[in-house]
Amino acid sequence: MPETVISAQNLDLTFETNDGPVHALKDITLDIAEGEFVSLIGPSGCGKTTLLRVIADLEKPTGGTMSVNGMTPEQARLARAYGYVFQQAALLPWRTIEDNVGLPLEVMGLDRATRTERIRSNLALVNLAGFEKKFPWQLSGGMQQRASIARALAVEPAMLLMDEPFGALDEIVRDHLNEQLLKLWAKTKKTVVFVTHSIPEAVFLSTRIVVMSPRPGRIHEIIDCDLGPDRPLDIRETPEFLKIAHQVREGLKAGHSYDE
Amino acid sequence: MSLFRPNWQALAALLATLLSLTALPYTAGMSAQFSLAVAVLLAAGAIVSMLRLAAGLEALVLLVASFGAASMLIAGLAGATGTASAGYFASLVAAWLLGWRLVTVLSGDGSRTGQTAGIVAITVPALFGIWVLILWECIVRGAGVPFVLLPPPSAIGLRIGNSLPILAADFRQTVLKAVLFGYVVGSLTGFLVAILADRFRFFANGLLPVGNMVSALPMIGIAPVMVIWFGFDWQSKAAVVIVMTFFPMLVNTLAGLAASSDMERDLMRTYGAGHWQVLMKLRLHAAMPFIFNALKINSTLALIGAIVAEFFGTPIVGMGFRISTEVGRMNLDMVWAEIALAAVVGSLFYGALALLERTVTFWHPSYRR
Repeated sequence: MPETVISAQNLDLTFETNDGPVHALKDITLDIAEGEFVSLIGPSGCGKTTLLRVIADLEKPTGGTMSVNGMTPEQARLARAYGYVFQQAALLPWRTIEDNVGLPLEVMGLDRATRTERIRSNLALVNLAGFEKKFPWQLSGGMQQRASIARALAVEPAMLLMDEPFGALDEIVRDHLNEQLLKLWAKTKKTVVFVTHSIPEAVFLSTRIVVMSPRPGRIHEIIDCDLGPDRPLDIRETPEFLKIAHQVREGLKAGHSYDE
Repeated sequence: MSLFRPNWQALAALLATLLSLTALPYTAGMSAQFSLAVAVLLAAGAIVSMLRLAAGLEALVLLVASFGAASMLIAGLAGATGTASAGYFASLVAAWLLGWRLVTVLSGDGSRTGQTAGIVAITVPALFGIWVLILWECIVRGAGVPFVLLPPPSAIGLRIGNSLPILAADFRQTVLKAVLFGYVVGSLTGFLVAILADRFRFFANGLLPVGNMVSALPMIGIAPVMVIWFGFDWQSKAAVVIVMTFFPMLVNTLAGLAASSDMERDLMRTYGAGHWQVLMKLRLHAAMPFIFNALKINSTLALIGAIVAEFFGTPIVGMGFRISTEVGRMNLDMVWAEIALAAVVGSLFYGALALLERTVTFWHPSYRR
């Protein structure tokens, strides 16, 4: 039995806004085991990004407990237990691609030789070898997002937290990056928590899909997604795939009425 | 295909040249034949330039005609100040129109690349500046504008040439001592205080209203006070410059430190980066366009501040001192010489900063290549 690395117990989070309190997360209980690929899916406002940010210690919960690698989220953040990939690549425009990937390594205070080696290997991992000296704005959106994944991996974290990383990209690039991400996951055996609002993307990538519903943000249903480790893009036309996708869609419908 | 390629500048120049023939000679110092020679040169230049020539040849024809005529017109003013006829000004307009046409031809369709583009980028503004001087010279001397109202550029140039030691001493006193010292100290303290105010928020809350008030103080009011506090020499002028430059730098740096995005700051947070690491690796870089704005604003403020502060007591040297005393003695050419010096110093200062800004903030969308 793999070890539990992320554990949320009765998590609550309320934002105080000018319009009164907003219940972003309510009574979230979720365990994620080492090596899992868990997708958080739901309509906007369901708290999927907020949950990811609580795991990353970018938000503090107002109730319940959260543990990451057996530590508090803050300790885990300071121990660089995770790599975070944002919706946009957020590469610093004054740094070349290699210096962007090296940014977290500089913050960690690693020596130059280690930095150079990690930059080289992680850029190769996302197929960006040869683009080291380019500046971010000289690369396409898909390449920028790959560079930001290389940057998250360079920290050599045990887990990856990804917040709709391909949401701003077109369908073709997105398919391609989904395939590459699966291969990367199979190769590195990292725990991945992946926020998305695309059903095919969630089913294609995940071992488990957490369906969330809004107002207040809560977990509606957790669906196992046992498609095996080897998933070519064609798998999306198989009955097994479509059955899970249907299940997710039904879950989203039940948890969220568009007539509200 | 027609032999001619008419354009309005050359046609208008031709018309002005013909009109000028109604009032020969142009000045009391020019014979009718010499005036006619100018008219012929202008008319020939206008007509030839309208032929279908290569752009380079057309530019050469225009250059010879416009500047040839202009130099003859200036020469014709020797010993004949204030005697210019209507014909003189008509031919001056014709020469200027051909000069305008020359700039248009050189600018081309804007599709030039590489080296020629660089040459054009320098020649066009240079030609423009030269024509401003030519028109100034010819109008002031031709119409006999009193020297006190506006001296001709040639007199100012002569004054500059004859007063180099005085100008150099004034430059040393005002720019190298008061401006430079005040600018560096004022900008640097503004920057450092902004860094501190950003770290300790209560500091900013207390300081910004006071700073606002200081920046609203009239410079004319504080300059005499500074003279009493710091004496007649350059130190009191530097103090005025410090007061003037401190606040723009403080405000701009504070705004710049807020310029990085939430996502970029979250990113640094996920790395467990501390305040100073985030500052050095993210926020100061993002603040650079703002900091350079302040440096550019301060470059002009510092020069103005130092010159005006010298009106309120100074040793007998300095640009502001020279301007205020020479105005009193009606030596307007010396005043203009100091104005020219201030303009050149200010432009060079600003240009050097703009160049540095391009290098430092090469990544900014407005400079990306």
